[in-house]
Amino acid sequence: MLNVGKIEEGYVLDHIKAGKSLTIYHLLHLDKTDAQVAIIKNAKSNKMGKKDILKVECPVGSINLDVLAFLDRKITVNVIQDGEIMHKEDLILPREVKNVIKCKNPRCITSIEQGLPHIFVLSDEKKGVYRCKYCEGKYNEY
Amino acid sequence: MRHLINPLDFTVEELDALFDLASDIEKNPAHYAHKCEGKKLATCFYEPSTRTRLSFETAMLNLGGSVIGFSDAASSSASKGESVADTIRVISCFADICAMRHPKEGAATVASTHSSIPVINAGDGGHQHPTQTLTDMLTIRALKGRLSDYTIGLCGDLKFGRTVHSLINALSRYDNVRFVFISPEELRIPDYLIDMLKERGIPYEEVIRLEDTIGKLDLLYMTRVQRERFFNEEDYIRLKDFYILDQAKLELAKKDMLVLHPLPRVNEISVEVDDDPRAVYFKQVQYGVYVRMALILTLLGITD
Repeated sequence: MLNVGKIEEGYVLDHIKAGKSLTIYHLLHLDKTDAQVAIIKNAKSNKMGKKDILKVECPVGSINLDVLAFLDRKITVNVIQDGEIMHKEDLILPREVKNVIKCKNPRCITSIEQGLPHIFVLSDEKKGVYRCKYCEGKYNEY
Repeated sequence: MRHLINPLDFTVEELDALFDLASDIEKNPAHYAHKCEGKKLATCFYEPSTRTRLSFETAMLNLGGSVIGFSDAASSSASKGESVADTIRVISCFADICAMRHPKEGAATVASTHSSIPVINAGDGGHQHPTQTLTDMLTIRALKGRLSDYTIGLCGDLKFGRTVHSLINALSRYDNVRFVFISPEELRIPDYLIDMLKERGIPYEEVIRLEDTIGKLDLLYMTRVQRERFFNEEDYIRLKDFYILDQAKLELAKKDMLVLHPLPRVNEISVEVDDDPRAVYFKQVQYGVYVRMALILTLLGITD
């Protein structure tokens, strides 16, 4: 098992679907920060077989994690302070997700209109279903 | 600023008021003949639709207003690459209200967010066509006397048929409406609509043969299998003649069942059916003008 050192303050994002850590890295805009980030791919998992993990050394509260609930509610967010897990953060589905993912419907106006923000709106909270604000196409997978 | 993008933008009470107004227009057209004098309707049609565009234009002319616009994208600035957002900003300077048809889904939503005049969605690709829904509802209300308590069969292309999707959403808000979906496997109603009906406990069934179910229907809504909704010509040719309503099938129906169709019809209803009193699809066109007149007055805030 690969060992990555503890972090003092920040987040450990666990139970990420194997192979999706880099997508999340970009969607959280971690590529645009100075934060130290460890990306662990295909770690062994009793629950999932294999999984990805992201460790992010940063001030707590400095990253907007709303998008995680939208992408995958099964991701566990451990909040770390003084090298210890302070608590596991509950992921709350955002009402609206703007410019995170693009609508894939080729018939949608977003496919041709310049400068239009890609907006997905929560249409079914129980099932976590998001639909494109314009064509109402269902968002399926990240 | 009120717009009409989706049939559900209006509450049931607002729709009742709209239909009451449309019925009054039908009875007293002269009373409304000058209500929109000095007002202009812009019909921005990025794809051809003679019927809907002429219905809107007739509605505005019947109200004493005037009409400007374009009838295909090639004759608009869209051919030069202008965005919908920019076009509606420009149109807002010319007209008092706009009816927009666009081949892309959600185009009217984009227009409404950048517009300073009311926008009516006159069809956005395979997504919504709310004024057709209002037309269908007014027809049912006028000829059946109610929008609740019946079994409605929807037949043909239930997958791509936007008029069908809008109508199901709109009618599902009324009491004791039962749906029968009649389509081939490839053109079944989308799952999200089935989920919505299940969640609300609204009874529905899915069948393949029209003959097996026509006898229990109070309303039959026929649709055309539309070539423009298919990416694959082979699929279109295979499915286009799947359902044809003829006099023999109509013999199996109730004597007071109504046959509706959003038109244009190709061959899914035989012409022999046209003279049957149950065939009301041409009356529907007239109701479409009344409901668009009522809508223009409502969105412009013109009251007695």
